[in-house]
Amino acid sequence: MNQTRSYLSLLITPVQWIVDAPAQVADELSDVLVTRSQLTDENRRLRQEALLLKQRVQQMASLTAANVRLRELLNGRQRLDQDVFLTELIGVNPDPFQHQIVLNRGSEDHAYVGQAVLDSGGIMGQIVEVSHYTSRAMLITDSRHAIPVEVNRNGFRSIALGNGSINQLELVHVPDTADIREGDLLVSSGLGGRFPQGYPVARVSSVQRDPGQPFSIVKAQPAAMLNKSRHILLVDIPQVTELPADLEQANPEKVTPEQVGIETPESSGEQ
Amino acid sequence: MSSKRGGGSIILATFLLGYMLSQIPLPQFAEWFRPEWVAMILIYWVMALPERVGLGTAALVGLGLDLIKGSPMGLNVISLLIIAYLTLLLYKRLRMFPLVQQAVMVMMLVGINQLIFNWVHNLMGTRSDTLIFLLPALMSAILWPWLFVILRGLRRTFRVA
Repeated sequence: MNQTRSYLSLLITPVQWIVDAPAQVADELSDVLVTRSQLTDENRRLRQEALLLKQRVQQMASLTAANVRLRELLNGRQRLDQDVFLTELIGVNPDPFQHQIVLNRGSEDHAYVGQAVLDSGGIMGQIVEVSHYTSRAMLITDSRHAIPVEVNRNGFRSIALGNGSINQLELVHVPDTADIREGDLLVSSGLGGRFPQGYPVARVSSVQRDPGQPFSIVKAQPAAMLNKSRHILLVDIPQVTELPADLEQANPEKVTPEQVGIETPESSGEQ
Repeated sequence: MSSKRGGGSIILATFLLGYMLSQIPLPQFAEWFRPEWVAMILIYWVMALPERVGLGTAALVGLGLDLIKGSPMGLNVISLLIIAYLTLLLYKRLRMFPLVQQAVMVMMLVGINQLIFNWVHNLMGTRSDTLIFLLPALMSAILWPWLFVILRGLRRTFRVA
């Protein structure tokens, strides 16, 4: 049945492309129709941002190395590293009851059902349907979606359910005594085996403790920009890979995008 | 579609346009107001050419809509089949009605479509607490006179018969 569906979806893929075309053209035009000063401004800003990010990566390398060493001391398992693919949003499900987005990578580009979907802010959702050149992802706010999370501050575990509103998640079965506060960052716990561990999912927006109720009502706001992001990452379910154990090898200068598994448009052979 | 009767491509084009309109991204709140374009276009063609556009077309168009919306296979097929069947029963009267009365009938038909949708959504666990899911029926009725005039103009210009 899924096979049939993915073949039939080929028929409507052009329609999806055509609907997305105006947005693409607008994107292109906004790149072409800018003044020199705007470009230099943007360039300067991006360079600063790159510098900041590089500085953070430097710290990251030494932290990673420290982490690896500590894990070795504890005889722990190797850290899991993930493959990342870049993709772009080409459509949104017109049905307001379903929070789904259409992406421009399909089974031909190694997308598969269950793959985690991220944007620059955090986890957006997971792929639920794959056709040849497009795929459909369910967002974490869909009322049929649930994602295992933990509070970053203290590791308290819970499950975040979507409730059908685009900027809200609900935490279920949180005891009244649990240590959870407004503003806590929730990261994915990786317990379900679906989502990679440690990515931001949401920030707690309200905690309501009612003595008459068995559980407190915890609401959270998704960290990803679910209804704004256009450039999206697909992250593989982690495979066991060994990280370089000493600092020399973990030097970010020497790490190319290919090594960390980021597929650039050039290397994937697309425009 | 037989070769003697021209305009098959026009009918196809209107349905493709309907697919696009029903898929254009809208702001979150406006999603609730999105009229059921494909259902309206189907109602028009069944009403205008009942001997040509009927249940078969409805099923095919519904299948396409299922793929676009990512809904369970066959949901749009069954709802469009029901709409097409009801329109086939009603088309002689619908043609006589003034536009406003037609719009009311369209509201009923699209409302039935929405009810079927809500029923299946209920089965699948996405429950609607309010009657907000009926809003597209109202929007479709409001837009019907314009759509009708445009499609009639198209049909007469290109002599679709």
